[in-house]
Amino acid sequence: MRRREFIKISSYGIAGATLLGGVTTNWFDLYGDQLPDPGTDGDRVVPTFCEICFWKCGILAHVKDGRVTKITGNPKDPLSQGHLCPRGTGGTGLLYDPDRLTQPLLRVDKRGSQEFEAVSWDAALNEVAENFERIKARYGAGALALFSHGYGGSWIKHLFKAYGCGNIAAPSYAQCRGPREVGFDLTYGWTVGSPERTDLRNSRCIVLVGSHLGENMHNTQVQDFAHALRNGADLIVLDPRFSTAASKANHWLPVKPGSDLAILLAWMNVLIEEDLYDRDYIERYAYGFDQLKEHVKSYTPEWAYPRTGIEPDLIRRTARMMGASRPATLVHPGRHVTWYGNDTQRSRAIAILNALLGSWGRKGGLYIPAQVNLPPYEYPSYGAADHRPDRANPSDFPLADEALAQGIRDATVPDIPGDERIRGWMVYGSNLPASLPNPEQTYKALQELDFLAVVDVLPVEMVGWADVVLPEATYLERCDEPFAPAYREPFVSIRQEVVPPLGESKPGWWIARELGHRLGLNEFFPWKDAMEYGESRLEAAGLSCEHIREEGVVRAERQPIYFEDGAVPEFYTDSGKIELYSQKLGALGFDPMPAFHDDEIEDPPPGYFRLLYGRAPMHSFTRTTNNRLLSEMMDENAVWVNATIAKEWGLEDGERIRLKNQDGVVSTYTAPVRVTERIRPDCVYIVHGYGHTARGLHFAKGRGISDSELITRYTVDPIMGGTGMNVNFVTFVRAGEVAENGATGADAAVAEEVAS
Amino acid sequence: MSEKRYAMAVDTRTCVGCTACVLACKTENAVAEGYSRDWITTAVSGSFPNLQMSIHSERCNHCENPPCVHVCPTGASYIGPGGIVLVDHDKCTGCKACIAACPYDARFVDPRTGTIDKCTFCVHRVENGVPTTACQDVCPTRSIFFGDINDPDSEISRVLRERDHYVLHPEAGTRPRHYFLK
Repeated sequence: MRRREFIKISSYGIAGATLLGGVTTNWFDLYGDQLPDPGTDGDRVVPTFCEICFWKCGILAHVKDGRVTKITGNPKDPLSQGHLCPRGTGGTGLLYDPDRLTQPLLRVDKRGSQEFEAVSWDAALNEVAENFERIKARYGAGALALFSHGYGGSWIKHLFKAYGCGNIAAPSYAQCRGPREVGFDLTYGWTVGSPERTDLRNSRCIVLVGSHLGENMHNTQVQDFAHALRNGADLIVLDPRFSTAASKANHWLPVKPGSDLAILLAWMNVLIEEDLYDRDYIERYAYGFDQLKEHVKSYTPEWAYPRTGIEPDLIRRTARMMGASRPATLVHPGRHVTWYGNDTQRSRAIAILNALLGSWGRKGGLYIPAQVNLPPYEYPSYGAADHRPDRANPSDFPLADEALAQGIRDATVPDIPGDERIRGWMVYGSNLPASLPNPEQTYKALQELDFLAVVDVLPVEMVGWADVVLPEATYLERCDEPFAPAYREPFVSIRQEVVPPLGESKPGWWIARELGHRLGLNEFFPWKDAMEYGESRLEAAGLSCEHIREEGVVRAERQPIYFEDGAVPEFYTDSGKIELYSQKLGALGFDPMPAFHDDEIEDPPPGYFRLLYGRAPMHSFTRTTNNRLLSEMMDENAVWVNATIAKEWGLEDGERIRLKNQDGVVSTYTAPVRVTERIRPDCVYIVHGYGHTARGLHFAKGRGISDSELITRYTVDPIMGGTGMNVNFVTFVRAGEVAENGATGADAAVAEEVAS
Repeated sequence: MSEKRYAMAVDTRTCVGCTACVLACKTENAVAEGYSRDWITTAVSGSFPNLQMSIHSERCNHCENPPCVHVCPTGASYIGPGGIVLVDHDKCTGCKACIAACPYDARFVDPRTGTIDKCTFCVHRVENGVPTTACQDVCPTRSIFFGDINDPDSEISRVLRERDHYVLHPEAGTRPRHYFLK
């Protein structure tokens, strides 16, 4: 196969619009030859913001003859700064995905059969409203729950709050960022937030703990990361895999999976023992230094070595490198941090390291963000929210500050006593079988539900379980809430309709309002549409709407973001200081300072390897693997296997295998082995998001291995309920062994599906 | 003033190989599905845990001595404005002689037209008042430099003066105008 002949695709939207040579001009009389004019500039160029991931970069959508021809960065937007990641660039692949949901659907066979009939919006919305009313009348609004991931979900959340239901969760908390936010909140009285308050662009030394920037492609972060590298910043990368970021590093520490905390503690030890920490900063702002000093005394690099595999000398050298650049040394808090169940404590350790380096509130460390205050729309007050005092909510996890998505799932299965069980779900943009650990438990909950409504743009696995499917318009076809994040400079950006919604798909605000009307909540939906809603909030903030529609963005006055420039050092902790020692954790029976427990992390059984998963720059979760355009860059995942291990097992590069986990679960599909030196021998790695089984995803179905179906085990973080998911072990299953292991389907059939 | 001479340089220190350049080129130039005019290569050397990896964003090298132009039997491949190597689709018969001659594997037959397609350095932009190529414009790590190397004040002239750089297949004698910054 030639290098640029990536794949053959049978049906694919964008190319049809503008064929090469369809329009040719001859600008160069001098040359007299025809020059190719691709003609992709729009007749209209509409500024809006992206939603292929959740970073919300400002984009310019070019529209020609009613079709979006290309998407570029909006130079006026502080997040994209005119540049985009591959996913945002390939957004037309979602807009023109031939598999999109375009009609409301009602289930016609048993739940999960993926059999539906198309119905009118009236019929679909009435069905949802009747079921909500029935469940609320019998069990209370707390028997309903909403899972919501994505910016358009704000309208549905509003609907649920107005309806008196407090069970609102997203996998972005307990399956992703939650431990980090709790760990930093315990230390600084502030969360890290999104976009992260990392001042990467000004860092002189960057420490990545498992973060794979460059593969994890949050646009501004990667821009800032590259900027720092260009300016000669030092880079230290802790990762079992030689990631793209590791390849740029001064020092790569191929840490034994699960032992990151030991390295972090040893770094604290060296910073303190060698007097490399910021003494003035600690004296002024921190609480509990003496206890910390005593606590980390025994965590020497020599202690860490057998636990981590990282030589003491390298731990010392990297600690000195960090100390030399402080306070412009950033130990990155990471983002997807639900790894081992001790994740809040690991995040605490990262927070404490940053404090020792004096980097919080300092240039090149973690800045103090500013935000435009957009006054809320004037609604009646929501009133008391009914939620179940159960696993979904903080009773078991005292420091959880959001509902736990797996908790709502677990409160749905029938071992919950009496009428306490959750009976009805609405799911917005969340492919729960792929995002929650232990999918069997998710399927069990789905089968037990009285009612399930799903709002999505594509027929993902979640949609296949729905009783009612409500097809949403994509981000390029709808308006949403104005976006005013806490960031290094305050700004507001807007999402506006670039092209009309495809088929009968409708924007989230319309769906929420129509349901609101049917549920007697008219007073909560007084606006005409989302644009009128947004404009009234912008006007209340004193911002010009006309301007923002043309530019996509309005910036407000910058404020000081560093202590040295006048940002106020305020810490909303119990002590009012940076808490190196946490009395709150101590009082609840947790380690008041992060401690490494030797029995905490299990080693792989013989013949098994720890399953690690991560991101590829051209994909977002399971949401983009059906995007034909992005898939030209990567159309399935591969199993990264250390070259020595591959040799021992006789695995050839490119050989298709399945993975089997410690509980005997075999991956539904196969993926090629990638024999590589770039990973430790004790683990394997796959990119998350592949191995779709949904029938309606005609491109993605059957491609690659799903990490989600192999994550049958998880370790719950006792502090906030996060689900540590890097605790599964897998072994290799060759084609011939598959039948004996009871896996579905023959390899030949899978191979055919992949090729079709 | 000397004639324009366009060139490109890719910073291997900052490029993460994300493929935004490939996608931006595809959408800007409406490249045929399944094909692309630029691509990413990675090369890993060493063994665990002593490893190096280099990442390249590659495309037509717009050689000063382009074998594709020399072998083209119909004169379809030619050197256009600013030294950009282009293909006249009316003259191209799709004979593929240029594909065989190119040491960079930069050319392919566009299945929609049966003629040769390749990187144009976004000539429709850079000769029409938009000074950047689409791949350069999108690049989130700002690793792509493009401009006139006959202008000593251009950014690309500056980075080529300041940074060590290399070209691919110098032995082919093609005098490429696509550089990689170390």
